[in-house]
Amino acid sequence: MSLLQIENLSVTFDGDDGPVHAVNDLSLAIDRGETLGIVGESGSGKSQTAFSVMGLLAPNGRTEGSVRFDGQELLGAEPKLLNRIRAERIAMIFQDPMTSLNPYMRISKQMTEVLTLHQGMSKRAALAESVRMLDAVKIPAAKERIRLFPHEFSGGMRQRVMIAMSLLCKPDLLIADEPTTALDVTVQAQIMDLLGDLQQDFGMATILITHDLGVVAGFCERVLVLYGGRVMEQGPTEPLFAEPTHPYTRGLLDAVPRVDDADAAMKAIPGNPPNMAAPPEGCPFRPRCGFAGEDCRVMPPLAPFAQSRARACQRPVAEVTA
Amino acid sequence: MDLFSYILKRLAIAIPTLLLLIVISFLLMHSAPGGPFTSERELPPQVLANLNAKYGLDDPLWKQIGNYVWGIVSEFDFGPSFVYKDRSVNEIIAQGFPITLTYGLLSFAVAVIVGVGLGVAAAVRHNTLLDYVAVGVSIGAQVLPNFVMAPILVLVFTLWLGWLPGGGWQGPEYWIMPVIALSTSFMASIARITRSSMLEVLTSNHIRTARAKGLPERLVILRHALKPAMLPVISYLGPAFVAMITGSVVVDIYFSTGGIGKAFVDSALNRDYAVMMGVTILVGALTIFFNLVVDILYGWIDPKIRY
Repeated sequence: MSLLQIENLSVTFDGDDGPVHAVNDLSLAIDRGETLGIVGESGSGKSQTAFSVMGLLAPNGRTEGSVRFDGQELLGAEPKLLNRIRAERIAMIFQDPMTSLNPYMRISKQMTEVLTLHQGMSKRAALAESVRMLDAVKIPAAKERIRLFPHEFSGGMRQRVMIAMSLLCKPDLLIADEPTTALDVTVQAQIMDLLGDLQQDFGMATILITHDLGVVAGFCERVLVLYGGRVMEQGPTEPLFAEPTHPYTRGLLDAVPRVDDADAAMKAIPGNPPNMAAPPEGCPFRPRCGFAGEDCRVMPPLAPFAQSRARACQRPVAEVTA
Repeated sequence: MDLFSYILKRLAIAIPTLLLLIVISFLLMHSAPGGPFTSERELPPQVLANLNAKYGLDDPLWKQIGNYVWGIVSEFDFGPSFVYKDRSVNEIIAQGFPITLTYGLLSFAVAVIVGVGLGVAAAVRHNTLLDYVAVGVSIGAQVLPNFVMAPILVLVFTLWLGWLPGGGWQGPEYWIMPVIALSTSFMASIARITRSSMLEVLTSNHIRTARAKGLPERLVILRHALKPAMLPVISYLGPAFVAMITGSVVVDIYFSTGGIGKAFVDSALNRDYAVMMGVTILVGALTIFFNLVVDILYGWIDPKIRY
């Protein structure tokens, strides 16, 4: 049994201009200790997928389908059950470390409350454990600095604090939602290295949500490519990047600027992401796709085609990879 | 700079502020036509001149101001009332202010507890019946002026039901209607500010983090959301607190409470210069002081504020 199994998840937001379909019929599974990357541009539904798992959707969001964690259904679960799973078994770190920590509370309080609540620790034990965890994320002088407020840390240091806070209860699954997007490039690399090391040490399954293909390549065993709230392609990172079989994945990889050829023009994907309040009929990528035909007005299912790989495209593999 | 020297500095700034307040009020007061001894039956010129001489009103204005301020500084003496011949301003304030302070403090407590409670409940149950009722009640309470509310209260609770005394100041049962009449509109404002500020805080990222940590909703609200949500409420509470403890002429008139609200208005009508100045300085000093309290509270809530 997979640790987390999402089946036919759809997320819809009721807006003033009618419903917005953020995630459509999405399925994925992740095993214990596995690293999965979810790649997609802004609005592709990757964060909303994570929020559905954590029960953190905005109040106007509705879900359909099933999210099972270790056999337990999480969609529509009682707040009590969700609160036991959050932090204790599934932890999440967020995109913006500047605002994701409580600016009015000392780091010590923000960290220890997780341990006193979930593990019934005494304040003293919780503080010692929190300091240990700050040491683990390589925050210097953790014992003194745990008394500080978030604004007294730099962005990278705050993200380290977030990571330390999320790992306090040794969760089985860590969801990292664009953990490096708001950080400087040099700090990004440090944070990803740190996450990689901690993943090895703690052995938790990790879902890395990002739009940075380089980060995925270095971190994840398996990748899921999202577009318009649907899975376009999925498979092990190496073969998928070496030979993308979906026109969207191909476009994404072609758009990565090359360091070795300074003269090469960057190839952008023409057009704009779909408006999810009025998504295109059939495949959401159809209006921007160079391979699209009339048959793309019907959304093809996500079909396996090679060892642990699957794709949702009407065109044959050979035509796209040629 | 530490908190202590910050407070000292603010108190030092308060002195010129108060002096400026005294000078401006003094000049405004004397520029109004008439004087304390103007009456329908005109006094003989000699009598008027003697009275003016006795109270120093024939001195040049700068000298009057100087004498007045010196009296306050040297003996904390706000002078004699010009109209009530045998009473000093200190006595008038000492008699009325405890009354005003009692129903003012009670009103403040009621307004804060009910207002914050209502506002938080409405925000947490956003777009439910509770929210609509809370918003409706606070709008209703806000648009109903207390000079309409006070007679309605007397009508219902004194004349129809006979539960409460209609006026006077002899015990706790006399406090109830003044407190309701004074606190309602403040309560409504506090509820509205709390609700909108709470709604905003609840959408912030650090609240999402608190939820992701598996905290029960009660703790998310009380521990993580309430403190930041109070910031705009507190800046409103400073002036509101002063307004409540310095009383209300409407309350003093309808319920015959005998607070300084009525004394202040009477003094203005009678041109009782000394009482007018005394109450003005009292309100001014309290306003300055509680603005300082608000700023200190801000620093206590938001660690980014340093003095």
